Amino acid sequence: MMAKVEATIVGIVSKILVSIGEEIQKGQEVIVLESMKMLIPVESAIAGKVTAVHVKESDFVNEGEVLIELEELV
Amino acid sequence: MSELTDKSKRLQNGGHPKYHQKLAEQGKLFARERLALLLDENSFVEDGLLANSLEEGLPADGVITGIGKINGMTVCVMANDSTVKAGSWGKRTVEKIIRIQETAEKLKAPLFYLVDSAGARITDQLEMFPGRRGAGRIFYNQVKLSGVIPQICLLFGPSAAGGAYIPAFCDVVIMVDKNASMYLGSPRMAEMVIGQKVSLEQMGGARMHCSISGCGDFLAKDEADAILIAQTYFSYFQTPVQVDYCISPIADKISELIPHEQNVPFDMKEVIGALVDKDSILELKELFAPELITMFARLKGKTIGIIANQSKTKGGVLFGDSADKAARFITLCDAYQIPLLFLVDVPGFMIGTQVERAGIIRHGAKMIAAMAEATVPKISVIVRKAYGAGLYAMAGPAFEPDCCIALPTAQIAVMGPEAAVNAVYHNQIQALNPEDRDSFIQMKRKAYQEDIHIYRLASELIVDVMVEPEDLRNELAKRYDLYSEKQVNFSKRKHPIYPV
Repeated sequence: MMAKVEATIVGIVSKILVSIGEEIQKGQEVIVLESMKMLIPVESAIAGKVTAVHVKESDFVNEGEVLIELEELV
Repeated sequence: MSELTDKSKRLQNGGHPKYHQKLAEQGKLFARERLALLLDENSFVEDGLLANSLEEGLPADGVITGIGKINGMTVCVMANDSTVKAGSWGKRTVEKIIRIQETAEKLKAPLFYLVDSAGARITDQLEMFPGRRGAGRIFYNQVKLSGVIPQICLLFGPSAAGGAYIPAFCDVVIMVDKNASMYLGSPRMAEMVIGQKVSLEQMGGARMHCSISGCGDFLAKDEADAILIAQTYFSYFQTPVQVDYCISPIADKISELIPHEQNVPFDMKEVIGALVDKDSILELKELFAPELITMFARLKGKTIGIIANQSKTKGGVLFGDSADKAARFITLCDAYQIPLLFLVDVPGFMIGTQVERAGIIRHGAKMIAAMAEATVPKISVIVRKAYGAGLYAMAGPAFEPDCCIALPTAQIAVMGPEAAVNAVYHNQIQALNPEDRDSFIQMKRKAYQEDIHIYRLASELIVDVMVEPEDLRNELAKRYDLYSEKQVNFSKRKHPIYPV
């Protein structure tokens, strides 16, 4: 099943911690956003394999915007 | 068997066995079993068992009311019996609920609402809906009792339409996952009236209310869990725990948990865990607006209410929902004499079009007003940064905390050095050659850091005391003890114009 990791807050993409094809754990930090001068890690709610990364560093994102797509690992 | 005994036994069995069967299939308990779990053994006395008993099929008119004890303390209860006409309200149902509210007021006893009801019995509407002692009086009484006696709602099933206001007016709402729901209009009604097709869980399920709407405080995994949560919650209103049990084996580890860089997230819950008595935490609204933590805990046996910024989630920034959550919790603690502890690590209130349109200013004002009005012992601890209106909302020095404590990592300012230098020197920076900008910015930031250094603020008496993190637990316990006799009335006016 496909799943999405969305921005939890409006801000700038500070760091992308994963790449396409990488397997990640549930709760793993996948992106760090910067907002209100704070570093805000975004975690994946599920374990999965990264199928798409929709942002690059320094991009502006709105809350709820899709950052990463995953294929859920069963 | 005498006629009365026989009749009482039948009435105590509730509705038709097929409805009991349905309960079991849904993982639900019979209302009387719920009460047996909640109350001390053999402590319950019941009023109105024979209500509407001349009618067939309406034992106790669908609600059980009475008085009992929890941990030896007197409490009043009402429990909908969903085996009787789906727990719907008739004339006597409403009268029984009103009477137990009146009893609770007279006894100054907490009132537990065990809700599982389809709402008004439409066939009886003239008798139970519009009049002086109609259902509206239940809500009127709830509002009147709010802050006088604890009102605790356990939601086991639906709480529909007007009935949804019972939880809304309670201090706290415990919802059973999958079974509990609250909604003004059912999915069926929504499809008819506004053409929306949606499931009950999406419309008003327990998880939605506990994580998105904020109407629920606790998501219980089943009914026994919900009852345990209610008992645990209530224990914070009872006598202090024996001091022998009140230890924190890791109070000296706090400094290791707090990063010195202001923008690096950490888990404030670990700091709280080290600060308060072992296993003494009960978090309210854990799933809702988690960037702000609200919890009861014990400090050397005594209950305190904690409001803390969680930098791990959304940077600990205050949003409309987090401000609402804080306002509500502060009001709850202040009403029942529970001392407040603010653990401050806040970058400020969120900015941007989205939050402005959602009214962040008026939501923030609610939090600031509730905090300002709170007259219980109130301590703010500046753990790390306290920027902008965030300082005010978290019981900053101007808002009459009994003391403002700073840890060595504290930083108080209108805004952080990065934002401040950019705001003040923007034009100058732009006028510089690009290669000179960085060193200019670094120099100005350093000067700004020195200007707002915490020792400077302590020297100016902006904070009252500075403490090492490992001494914080003892410092707080001593101070709460010394402030415990505090008697302050915020105002003699009728009430403020609430910024809602």
